[in-house]
Amino acid sequence: MDLAFTLNLVESTIRLSTPLLFAALAGLYSERSGIFDISLEGKMLIAAFASASAAAVWGSAFLGLFVGILAATAFSLVHGLASITYRGNQIVSGVAINFIAAGLTIILGQSWFSQGGRTPSLFGGGRFTPIHLPGADAAESIPVIGPIYANVISGQTILVYVAFLMVPLTWWVLFRTRFGLRLRAVGENPAAVDTAGISVPWLRYRAVIICGILTGFAGTYLAVAQAAGFTRDMTAGKGYIALAALIFANWKPVPVMFACLLFGFLDAVSIRIQGVELPVVGEISVQFVQALPYVLTVVLLAGFVGKATPPKAGGVPYVKER
Amino acid sequence: MSRPYAKLPPWIDFGLIPLINLVVAFAVAGLVVLAVGESPVEAAALMLRGAFGYAEGVGFTLYYATNFIFTGLAVAVAFHGGLFNIGGEGQAYVGGLGVATVALSLGVVLPWWLNMPLAIVLSFACGALWALIPGYLQAKRGSHIVITTIMFNFIAAALMVYLLVNVLKPAGTMAPETRTFDAGAQLPKLRGLFELFGANLGGAPLNVSIFVALVAAFLVWVLIWRTKLGYEIRTLGFSPRAARYAGMSETRLIVVTMLISGGLAGMMALNPVMGDQYRLVIDFPQGAGFVGIAVALMGRGHPAGIIPAAILFGMLYQGGAELAFDMPSISRDMIVIIQGLVILFAGALENMFRPGVGAAYQWVRFRTEQPAGENVEEAR
Repeated sequence: MDLAFTLNLVESTIRLSTPLLFAALAGLYSERSGIFDISLEGKMLIAAFASASAAAVWGSAFLGLFVGILAATAFSLVHGLASITYRGNQIVSGVAINFIAAGLTIILGQSWFSQGGRTPSLFGGGRFTPIHLPGADAAESIPVIGPIYANVISGQTILVYVAFLMVPLTWWVLFRTRFGLRLRAVGENPAAVDTAGISVPWLRYRAVIICGILTGFAGTYLAVAQAAGFTRDMTAGKGYIALAALIFANWKPVPVMFACLLFGFLDAVSIRIQGVELPVVGEISVQFVQALPYVLTVVLLAGFVGKATPPKAGGVPYVKER
Repeated sequence: MSRPYAKLPPWIDFGLIPLINLVVAFAVAGLVVLAVGESPVEAAALMLRGAFGYAEGVGFTLYYATNFIFTGLAVAVAFHGGLFNIGGEGQAYVGGLGVATVALSLGVVLPWWLNMPLAIVLSFACGALWALIPGYLQAKRGSHIVITTIMFNFIAAALMVYLLVNVLKPAGTMAPETRTFDAGAQLPKLRGLFELFGANLGGAPLNVSIFVALVAAFLVWVLIWRTKLGYEIRTLGFSPRAARYAGMSETRLIVVTMLISGGLAGMMALNPVMGDQYRLVIDFPQGAGFVGIAVALMGRGHPAGIIPAAILFGMLYQGGAELAFDMPSISRDMIVIIQGLVILFAGALENMFRPGVGAAYQWVRFRTEQPAGENVEEAR
């Protein structure tokens, strides 16, 4: 394992964990407010489709991002309507949204672009391109730190920086602002928040909207930054992995980042490990590496590695009158 | 389960409101059809004709419905116990392993009517086994069953690909599937039966599994509403605290409910694997496990509702395939949208129209019964 290989692996770990990070932070806001959200997957998918379509039509990646956020937020509001206003089953609502997104993206994509559910390939300003930080080329020659700066820190798209900046921001919002305190409270004990004269539904709606915006970023990253256009089912279970990362991290922002990096790393490894003979264990099958994040999540949920403690009021609709 | 809304007579609760939810779901689906520039009425007509217009279409419709009866029952049984089993897809997939084991080993030796019961037992066992771990973890360690069953769907997909590629694939072939089963492991089609009535099923894969599905539906009804275990399952679903207070073992009930649910999902493998494909192929459940969620919600967890709901979705699958020929812009993915909308309106938003319908009902009742004067108090 030489330096170039390691750097390459680290770089692709960061790229692959970025959408997970956006989605997991999205889920963090929603679930901390007591709204379980298994529709991260569907919202990412609809955002990926909407952003790629808009970017293809108008040729602007930022317009794409805007439309992607709008689409994901609209779906978020449906989830909010079902689980906050009409006190429906949040899991059922999430499942429904995932299906609607999966079908809608293909039907609309086929109808608008007639490319078998794909959107036209994006190029030029239609995509988020890597940003070269100042001095990246000059730093290349410095041993160790130089290549890391030039290849890993520099040369990412703007969305990657946004994703990793969202981690301290989320921590600050949740643990250092009044809004964050109330958001966490409404996920633990909505009756107390209600007694304090704060609207439970409005708080939860705001959390759900933030969740929509962040899943919008996640989907846009997939279609407009990582790939050059939308392809059928392109989220491929990333929303569920993000959910797993969220649980793995016990609903805390900084651990969420590490969990996403771990799952991103597994993904990066699974691409590289195919057919490679390892010492002791021999050849590891791709399927095993692919299943690893899911197995890890189950093991964690089983409480064998730490204990997952979800927000107390999660999944329970709040009924004011008793 | 709290019931914050006024109590309504059963015909409204179980008839009118689900119907309204369904109509709204299809109306929204119609809007999607409109958005892609086709006529929803024409699309519906084409779909109906494709599904019921001729005998072969009916055969396909019922073939798909067979899958959905199994998975719908699976989801429903778990629902009665207050458990949400999203793992039907994975359980059905692993269930295929049970069917294939019987078919590959005994297909030469035994006739189909001996292989079928064996395949039923083994597919049930495999599906149940796949649901056992999530069920056990929920019961013993409080791991959320929704998350674990989703994870197990992914694990099942990886496991089955691994098994098909590395173990079950005959040497020297490329396609990741088992060899074609021998005649003893091929379930008879119902073509002959339909010919007695003068209907030509053509190439429709409808086979004897549909009778297994109907028997399973009846047995689920017996289980849930006519046995002690069923009573306990319903108690657990209605109020876990009441179940605990009555001395029922929560752990045992959760595990048993999930075993039955997973087993029913596993049995679904019988229909496509032994009844149609005659071999185990990658991703044979094709989303039937997920359709089961919509079917169970639409059928309100009762076999008498699940069977028509399954036929409706069978119609959508078959009619949708036909529709895609005439209206290329509406591919089969339309069904996924409809499925989602049905789950949304019949499940998550089931309370949306309740207050309105309730108010309308009270208003009508007041208007018609006021002269009598005595029912006013009761109707409050």
